[in-house]
Amino acid sequence: MEIVLSLAIGVLTASGLWLLFRPRTFQVILGLSLLSYAVNLFIIAAGRLRTDAPPIVGKGPADPAAYADPLPQALVLTAIVISFATTALLVVVLMASRGLTGTDHVDGEDGEP
Amino acid sequence: MTGWLAHLIILPILLPLVASAMMLSLDERRRATKRALSLGAAALLIAVAAVLLWFVRESGPQAYRLGDWPSPFAITLVADRLSTMMLLLTSILGFTSLFYASARWDRSGPRFHALFLLLLMGINGAFLTGDIFNLFVFFEVLLAASYGLILHGAGTERTSASLHYITINIAASLLFLTGVALIYSVTGTLNMADLATRVSLTDSEDLALLESGAAILGVAFLVKAGIWPLCFWLPRTYAAASPPVAAVFAIMTKVGIYVILRLSFLLFGKDSGGAAGFANEVLLFAGLATMGFGILGILAARQLTRVAGHYVLVSSGILLAAIGIGGEALTAALLFYLVSSTLAVSALYLIIEPVERNADEEDIIDGIAEPVFDDEYVGAIEEEESEVGIVIPGTIAILGGGFIFCALLLAGLPPLSGFIAKFALIDALFSHVVIAPAHWIMIALIILSGLATMIAMTRAGIDRLWTPGEESPSRLSVIEVTPIGLLLGVCLLLMIAAGPVMDFMQATAAALYDPGGYIEAAGPAVSIPPESASPPIAGYRP
Repeated sequence: MEIVLSLAIGVLTASGLWLLFRPRTFQVILGLSLLSYAVNLFIIAAGRLRTDAPPIVGKGPADPAAYADPLPQALVLTAIVISFATTALLVVVLMASRGLTGTDHVDGEDGEP
Repeated sequence: MTGWLAHLIILPILLPLVASAMMLSLDERRRATKRALSLGAAALLIAVAAVLLWFVRESGPQAYRLGDWPSPFAITLVADRLSTMMLLLTSILGFTSLFYASARWDRSGPRFHALFLLLLMGINGAFLTGDIFNLFVFFEVLLAASYGLILHGAGTERTSASLHYITINIAASLLFLTGVALIYSVTGTLNMADLATRVSLTDSEDLALLESGAAILGVAFLVKAGIWPLCFWLPRTYAAASPPVAAVFAIMTKVGIYVILRLSFLLFGKDSGGAAGFANEVLLFAGLATMGFGILGILAARQLTRVAGHYVLVSSGILLAAIGIGGEALTAALLFYLVSSTLAVSALYLIIEPVERNADEEDIIDGIAEPVFDDEYVGAIEEEESEVGIVIPGTIAILGGGFIFCALLLAGLPPLSGFIAKFALIDALFSHVVIAPAHWIMIALIILSGLATMIAMTRAGIDRLWTPGEESPSRLSVIEVTPIGLLLGVCLLLMIAAGPVMDFMQATAAALYDPGGYIEAAGPAVSIPPESASPPIAGYRP
């Protein structure tokens, strides 16, 4: 499971970074989205990978060893909401920039003279 | 703090949030109500920050546990000398910028006041929080509000500058999250005070992971602080923002500086064993490079807003290099410089717009009808005769006075607070037993930055204020002059009360070097025995 997850994070980060450095705004936004998926998976991994372990402790005394760490899961939820909202905002700015400059180049003008 | 006073710590976050929420329910046309509400909230923030500062000065750091959960499970807010000082600075800048904006800038787009108050909430939260993930949340609040404010007033230049600004900040936020996750995976806590005690207990094999986490986290803050080579977005973005927005953005780079100051002393202070002094040299050399870049930028800039943007970089560079060198006296001096330079840059951003307003149309004409041949000069020379004994208009006199004041403050010439700050910095550098080459370079760069600022400001002053225009200068409203006067007045106060302020800064620096009080106030009530200090589920590692 570890190797699958780390490969997934690695592939997402690599493709995200490549897209982030592209000159078109749409590619940049896709790159940022992929990067944020990679980071979200990474946060989950930071809480140690476990299967068949619930994150919430029931009533009465419980052995913490039988439970997964709930904190990274809560962090990921927050991170997902925030990155979703900022990406939505970025899409709006992209559209405005496209409308104002007439090009989807990140600098507002095409590189070729 | 007991009784209701204990809840005062959360007020700098709640007050702008509630005021901003109320603003959303108001119709956009009820401008007077909105202005009154936001100015009232901002004025109240100054009062709250001042009370907190006084209280913390008397009785040490205070923690506020949300929901009264025991630490480290609760999200804590901590008010200590450094954070309340930054709160006061933020609320002063917020009040003056809002005041200035009510002259006309808040009319150039919707929801200005609501966004502005949200920005204040985010900044205040970032200063108060004692939890690194909560810090991320407040960073996002202030960034989201700043995205809206950068776009305020619309236009092609603003939109395309904000596209870069938003992109780089989202990327930095992702680095922030990665750093937080790495630190959590090693220490198993997010509470800053708890982290401080656990860093020294970290195994040497995990230390590399912790340090890389801290380094990634640090890069996220350094992007905000505008360190070279991560600063190319800053001058353009700040120049594109409307003046009141740029004036309050002057504090945003300082949020990055504040977090670096706070975390480097808590996590990598003298008690943290193998990790002590982590990355100090990187900060020093990156700071020096930032100063160099900023100085060149100041000299090369053709617009005043760009000069101000590069000055922000220079001040970031000075602060970071000073953090890198360290030492109690230097830390006190850098705190003084932080306050003084933030106020001065903010005042400069506010004064640029009325100064350039007079010159704008002229510049366009100059560009078209530049006298190239001799005979075209004739008119200009003849005209000169009539200029003898010309009455200096009141507007120009006020603007010129404010401009000179700003220039002196920024360049650090005596007798104003900018000079005291730079003098304290250089004095602290010389008081080291061994003066390393890097210290000499820093001293030289501090002095050079003053010279460069002076050259740029003189050039701009002659060009904008002394060159007589064809028409009479446009009117200057009292609403615009008052906040500039207020900011410069605070700087004047800093100069007059330099002794007591410096004493306060020295006590703050001492508290940073000995974070025992902070950890005691905000950390877990019962100190954790070393054997359980490893991650909560460390026993279940594969």
